[in-house]
Amino acid sequence: MNINLTLVLQMVAFAAFVWFCMKFVWPPIVGALAERKAKIAEGLAAAERGHKEQELGAQQAAKTMKDAKSKAAEIVNQAQRRATEIVDEAKQEAREEGARLVHAAQAEIDQEANRAREELREKVASLAVAAAEKILEKEIDPTAHGAIVDSFTQQI
Amino acid sequence: MASSETLTSQGYIKHHLTNLTFGNHPEQGWTFAASGKEAAEMGFWAVHVDTMFFSILLGGLFLWFFKKVADKVTAGEPGGAQNFVEWIVDFVEENVRGSFSGKNPLVAPLALTIFVWVFLMNLMDLVPVDLIPYSFQILATLFGADPHHVFLKVVPTTDPNATFGMSLMVFLLVVYYSIKIKGVGGFVGELTLQPFGKWGLPANLVLEGINLLSKPVSLSLRLFGNLYAGEMIFILIALMYGHNIAVSLGGGLLQLGWAIFHILVITLQAFIFMVLTIVYLDMAHQHH
Repeated sequence: MNINLTLVLQMVAFAAFVWFCMKFVWPPIVGALAERKAKIAEGLAAAERGHKEQELGAQQAAKTMKDAKSKAAEIVNQAQRRATEIVDEAKQEAREEGARLVHAAQAEIDQEANRAREELREKVASLAVAAAEKILEKEIDPTAHGAIVDSFTQQI
Repeated sequence: MASSETLTSQGYIKHHLTNLTFGNHPEQGWTFAASGKEAAEMGFWAVHVDTMFFSILLGGLFLWFFKKVADKVTAGEPGGAQNFVEWIVDFVEENVRGSFSGKNPLVAPLALTIFVWVFLMNLMDLVPVDLIPYSFQILATLFGADPHHVFLKVVPTTDPNATFGMSLMVFLLVVYYSIKIKGVGGFVGELTLQPFGKWGLPANLVLEGINLLSKPVSLSLRLFGNLYAGEMIFILIALMYGHNIAVSLGGGLLQLGWAIFHILVITLQAFIFMVLTIVYLDMAHQHH
């Protein structure tokens, strides 16, 4: 328990240990700790960034999906409208065609009727002439009396 | 306890509390002291070989291990040894950051050295008291030494030379940084102009001087006292082994209990020494 030279030697040893620790031990270990800390912070930031980007991407995807859906619905709507339009048009056309056909047939019928009437009239005229011939028992000169016969047929 | 047959309890305790001293005896010249009395007669020019040996061995062990880890330290995934070292370094750094407000690259390595070194030196206290001294006694006898004159104290922190050596070094650093940061005038002013102003100068000097000088004294005596007392209790428990089997078993239990409790004490003392060093240096760095 004497205080002696040991004290001085202990001080020297202590100083040497501290110096060695400060020079060779502390800096590399603390440096590695700081580096790892920076790395971890960087990794966390990157993860955060990735997370945000992913969220953004998901939002974008949802928006695109919604747009596509509404566009598809619009296209279907348009197609439906167009289809009814086409059907309507076709119906209209068919109706017009029908009407035209009916009209044409009517015209033909009219023409045919006219012609038949004409024919009938001529036949009646010739019959009338024949009847008149018979009545007069004499041949009538059709060229001389044509005008009369004609006027007669006109009156039928 | 082979020596208990030839030694009294008092002699046994005394033997255990004497350092292996090499020094300049006034009559015999440079030699190992054969007794505590001879060691005292050597005065200042004597060295406690055991204290020096174990403290340097343990300090070297600490630095060797930490240096080995520091050489292949990686910022990536740490291995087992690195993990362990980082745990201690992180702990010390956290304490420095918490208590030390200035900027000084010396403080943290100093704190680390104190903490681990003091802890290792205290740890020697947990080695059974007779194991190393008795082995050394046998070894020395082989070389022709008288076993009763071969002393060995394995716990360097039970030697006030070791604890005062450290605390004086810390004290020198405190004074050095006080003068460096505050200037000679600032440091002297701190000692003389407060707390009573310049008219109370003598009183200030006494108060602040005691305050300043009490730092190294309390720092070293706290560590020394705790470890010396702990060592003493281990020695007293070891005395029980010389009696009958029941007392020996009781002694075994006591030793186990005291050793377990002592794990707390040695860690706490190393921690206190470190924290107080940081705090004292922090005070040296602060302007008033």
